[in-house]
Amino acid sequence: MKIIVLVKHVPDAQLDRHLSDEDNTTDRADSILSELDEYALEAALQLTEARGGAKAGNQVIALSMGPAGAVNAIKKSLQIGATEGVHLRDDALAGSDAAATSLALAAAVRHIGADGPVDLVLTGMASTDGETSLVPAQLAERLDLPQVTFASELEVDGGRVIARRDSDTHYDTVEATLPAVVSVTDQINEPRFPNFKGIIAAKRKTITTLTLAEIGVDPAEVGKTGSWTEVKTAAARPPRTAGTIITDEGDAGIKLVDFLAAQKLL
Amino acid sequence: MAKVLVFIDNPGQALKKSSLELLTIARSLGETAVAVNGALNDDVVAALGAHGATAVFRPSSEDLDAYLIGPKAAYLAGAVAASGATTVLLENSFDGKEIAARLGIKLGAGVITDVVGVEPDGTAHKSVLAGSYTTTAKATTAVSVLTVKPNSVTPDPAAAAASPEVLTVDVPDSATAGAARITGRKDKPASGRPDLTEARIVVAGGRGVDGDFGPVEELADALGAAVGASRAATDAGWIGHDAQVGQTGKTVSPQLYISAGISGAIQQKAGMQTAKVIVAINKDAESPVFEIADFGIIGDLFQVLPQATEEIKKRKG
Ligand SMILES: Cc1cc2nc3c(=O)[nH]c(=O)nc-3n(C[C@H](O)[C@H](O)[C@H](O)COP(=O)(O)OP(=O)(O)OC[C@H]3O[C@@H](n4cnc5c(N)ncnc54)[C@H](O)[C@@H]3O)c2cc1C
Repeated sequence: MKIIVLVKHVPDAQLDRHLSDEDNTTDRADSILSELDEYALEAALQLTEARGGAKAGNQVIALSMGPAGAVNAIKKSLQIGATEGVHLRDDALAGSDAAATSLALAAAVRHIGADGPVDLVLTGMASTDGETSLVPAQLAERLDLPQVTFASELEVDGGRVIARRDSDTHYDTVEATLPAVVSVTDQINEPRFPNFKGIIAAKRKTITTLTLAEIGVDPAEVGKTGSWTEVKTAAARPPRTAGTIITDEGDAGIKLVDFLAAQKLL
Repeated sequence: MAKVLVFIDNPGQALKKSSLELLTIARSLGETAVAVNGALNDDVVAALGAHGATAVFRPSSEDLDAYLIGPKAAYLAGAVAASGATTVLLENSFDGKEIAARLGIKLGAGVITDVVGVEPDGTAHKSVLAGSYTTTAKATTAVSVLTVKPNSVTPDPAAAAASPEVLTVDVPDSATAGAARITGRKDKPASGRPDLTEARIVVAGGRGVDGDFGPVEELADALGAAVGASRAATDAGWIGHDAQVGQTGKTVSPQLYISAGISGAIQQKAGMQTAKVIVAINKDAESPVFEIADFGIIGDLFQVLPQATEEIKKRKG
C-alpha cells in the first residue's frame, strides 16, 4: 500500500498562541506536530504493518506543507515510523487559507502519485490551529476522490475502505472504493511514541523538498493572493479572570443556587 | 437585494432553534431562499415562510442521505445557481462544515466556519485559537459560504410571512457516482434533554464522577440543561462520546457551564471557555479549571450537586 499522511506543524496548544500583529497569520514559533495528525499516522502504520510493513514495499509518506520549521513535523513522523517524508515549501504559500492549502496539497498528492498510485490520503480530523476541518473535504473535492471523514474505526479490505463514523444521532458504517481521502478522530487508536530505534532509523530516511514550480502550481493561486478569504481584524480576547472561589462548608450547593439566582440563570 | 441561501439538512417535523437562527441572520442580509434535504412537511414550509423564506428548494434525488457529504454539496451548488445567492449559510456541525468545504471548491467561494455574527456587507465574526482571539474575516469571492454557530442570534420571525414557492433542483447522477456510501446505520438512544451545542445551560461531569453521572443528570434536569462530559469520562464509557466537550468533542458557548469533577485541561477548556458564566466544582483547589471559573467551589461534587438540585427544586416550588 502507498499511504500519504498529511502532517501539520502547529503552535503548541499547551502554550499561549498568538496571531502576528502585521498580517493576522498564526505565529509558528514553538510549533510541534499536530497531535491530531498522530492518530492518522498511527492508522497508516497499523494498516501497512498488517500487510508486511516497509519490508513488503508498503509506503507511509508524511507530507507537510509549511515554512522551514515544518520539516520538524516530518522528522517526528519518520521517527514514529513513516517511511519517507515530503516537504512542500515555498514562500508563496504563506498565508494560504483552506482553499489555497487544499489546492497546493492536491497538486502535491498528484505529484507523489505520478511514480505509483496512492491508495489512501490520511489526515487528522482537524488541525489544532485553524480547527476548521475544511482541508480534508476540500482535498477530496479537488482530487475527485471519495471522502471518508471523522473515522473512528478503519479497515481496508481489497479495494474498499470501511469506516465507522459517529454523528450525534447515529453510528454510521461508511464504505468507499480506493483511492480515498480519509480523516480520523482521536477515538481511532492510541498513537505510539518514537522510540530509540525509530529515532536512529529516521536519520537514514529521505525527506524530499518540493517547490510550487515542481508540482506545477502557479504562486498566484496560493498564499494571500490565492486565498478566497481574508482576515480583516484580530483582537486578543482578555483572558478570563478567576471569580469567587469558596470552600464547601456544608452549604456550597445552596450558595451555588444563590449565585445562579443573582446571575438570573435559574 | 442580495440573495441568501440557507441549507437545512433534514428539517424533520419542526425547525430546530439553530435553523431559525440561520433564517434570522439570512433575513438581515437579503432575500432568503432555503435548500432542504429529506422529507419536507407543510408545517415546516409554513415556518420557513414565517421566517421570510420566499423559495424552498428540494433535491431531485431522495437518497442523498445514503452518501457522505459530496452529493449534498453537489445538490447545494445547484441550489445556489437556481437561487442566485451570493451568501450561503449552513449550520456549524461537522457535516455542515464539510458540505461548506466542498461547496466552496465547486463555486470558487471562500468558506468561513465557526461564525458567530455576520454584518450586512458579509464580514463575519468568529473566535480562533480556542477562544483566545476574536477576529473578523470576509470572503474575497463573489459567493461566500458561512457556517454559523448556534446561540449566535435570537431567532425572530419576519414582520410579514411569505408563502414560499417549492422548487426542485436537479442532482446529476455523477454527484453520487464516486461518493462514499453509508452502508449501515445504528440510531443512538435519544436522551430527551436539550441538544448540547444549542443548550442555554450545560452541566458537565468528568473523571471525578467516578462512573456515576446521576448527580450531574439530576442537576441538569432541574435546570433544563444539557449534559456534557470530559474526554476522561467518555473514554471510560460512563457516557456517550457525543457528550464530549472540548477540542475533539463539541464546542459549546452556553449562558452557563457547570463543570463538575473536571480538572480543566487545555483541550477541555478549548470547548467551553466562551461560555458566559462558568461554575466549577472540584475537590482539588489547584485544578486549572478554577483559573477560568466565575464561581468556584472547592468541594465534593457528590455533596454539592445534590444539595443544589434540592435547593433549585425547593425554590421553583
Ligand atoms: C488529542 C487530544 C484531544 C483531547 N480532546 C479532549 C476533549 O475534546 N475534551 C476533553 O475533555 N478532554 C480532551 N482531551 C483530554 C484532556 O487532556 C484531559 O485528559 C481530560 O479533559 C481530563 O478529563 P477530566 O478533567 O475529567 O479528568 P482528570 O484530569 O482526571 O480530572 C478529574 C478531576 O476531578 C476532580 N475530582 C475527583 N473526584 C471528585 C469529586 N468527588 N468531587 C469533585 N471533584 C472531584 C479531581 O480533583 C480532578 O481535578 C484530549 C487529549 C488529547 C491528547
